[in-house]
Amino acid sequence: MTITRTDVIIVGAGPVGLFAVFELGLLDLKCHLIDILDRPGGQCAELYPEKPIYDIPGWPSISAQGLVDKLLEQIAPFRPEFTFGRMVSSLERLGDGGFRIVTDDDEVFEARAVVIAAGGGSFQPKRPPIPGIEAYEGGSVFYSVRRMEDFRGHDLLVVGGGDSALDWTLNLQPLAKRVTLVHRRPEFRAAPDSVNKMQALRDANLLDLRIGQVVGLAGRDGRLASATIKGPDGEIEIPCTRMLPFFGLTMKLGPIAEWGLDLHENLIPVDTEKFETSVPGIFAIGDISWYPGKLKLILSGFHEAALMAQAAKRLVSPGERIVFQYTTSSTSLHRKLGVPD
Amino acid sequence: MTKLTFIAHDGTHFDVDAENGSTVMENAIRNAVPGIEAECGGACACATCHVYVDEQWTAVVGEPEAMEEDMLDFAYDVQPNSRLSCQIKVRDALDGLVVRVPERQG
Repeated sequence: MTITRTDVIIVGAGPVGLFAVFELGLLDLKCHLIDILDRPGGQCAELYPEKPIYDIPGWPSISAQGLVDKLLEQIAPFRPEFTFGRMVSSLERLGDGGFRIVTDDDEVFEARAVVIAAGGGSFQPKRPPIPGIEAYEGGSVFYSVRRMEDFRGHDLLVVGGGDSALDWTLNLQPLAKRVTLVHRRPEFRAAPDSVNKMQALRDANLLDLRIGQVVGLAGRDGRLASATIKGPDGEIEIPCTRMLPFFGLTMKLGPIAEWGLDLHENLIPVDTEKFETSVPGIFAIGDISWYPGKLKLILSGFHEAALMAQAAKRLVSPGERIVFQYTTSSTSLHRKLGVPD
Repeated sequence: MTKLTFIAHDGTHFDVDAENGSTVMENAIRNAVPGIEAECGGACACATCHVYVDEQWTAVVGEPEAMEEDMLDFAYDVQPNSRLSCQIKVRDALDGLVVRVPERQG
């Protein structure tokens, strides 16, 4: 088993998680960030990259992606390590006081401290609003494709109009018994090239395209048999033994809820001196943290990161004196930041 | 002030005074209209502030833009009069607007 060891594991690579690397780095702590998205930036990158933010001190206006880019530039001297596309699943306290974190892909990390900077939670596929769909999840209904073979010979229903929906329609069409793509309207968000390929297969009668919304599912014992699609011309029922709905992402607290931390309405209560949770050594900053007067602002998260870093340093290097220094004047901080003499 | 009426899924009416320039979603949140979640805070990125515009008002309110249509793909029971309320700006012409809140947001 390969174990990645670091000083601090940061769960979430949004703006606050990224800035935590800076504050921890000034105190000589190495960080490893884990995020379920495939790139840094969290909500800033996923939800509103082009939107301007007006309350970042010193920046009258900066786009969300612009802020992420600047933060990445700012923390580069500390060489943070990233694991993307993974969700932290379990956390275990080690005998020496540290923590072991395992991801949903069974990668193992160990650190002296854990910082939860998970914002609104992890981005997870949104369950489509179809009554009774829960009963078929994991057996017939999937939100991602792990093994294409699982779809061979099935009547597959792909729902959605974005790239994921079109890509899997095209990739699974040769394997499936019959693929039906269902989309609410004739326009697609997906890349025009994929849409053209799909239309060509449809013209050759190698797949079906239905404009409408899935309103009902039927089957038994968790095995899907058919789906009802409501379109402009009424409802029709089509055979369906596998379904791939692509309805975007939503945010969920996820496995963090099982870590034994005290929670306050899906947020993590912390003290406002150290931003430590109810479990010593686990800190929470940014939107996921809660304390009286908490504001879900990026700038508040930056402040929380700075104070948390002091506490994390005392935990990781007990007995070591922490000298308060300014980045403007400290030659030792300049060396860490790579500022030329 | 422009008058807006939200009709919650259980039929309760919420009559609110809205400032021009604010979004219909913001007025729903300020007045705690049940069923408007606005998970993304108004960035047209989540489809959880979905409303049905009263048929008498659809022409005045107008059609969704392409980005909003893309997001509506993720909403529940989308109808021809569906809009995301974060993308409707309050203005004089909307005085008296009636919107209905769907059964659920996704």
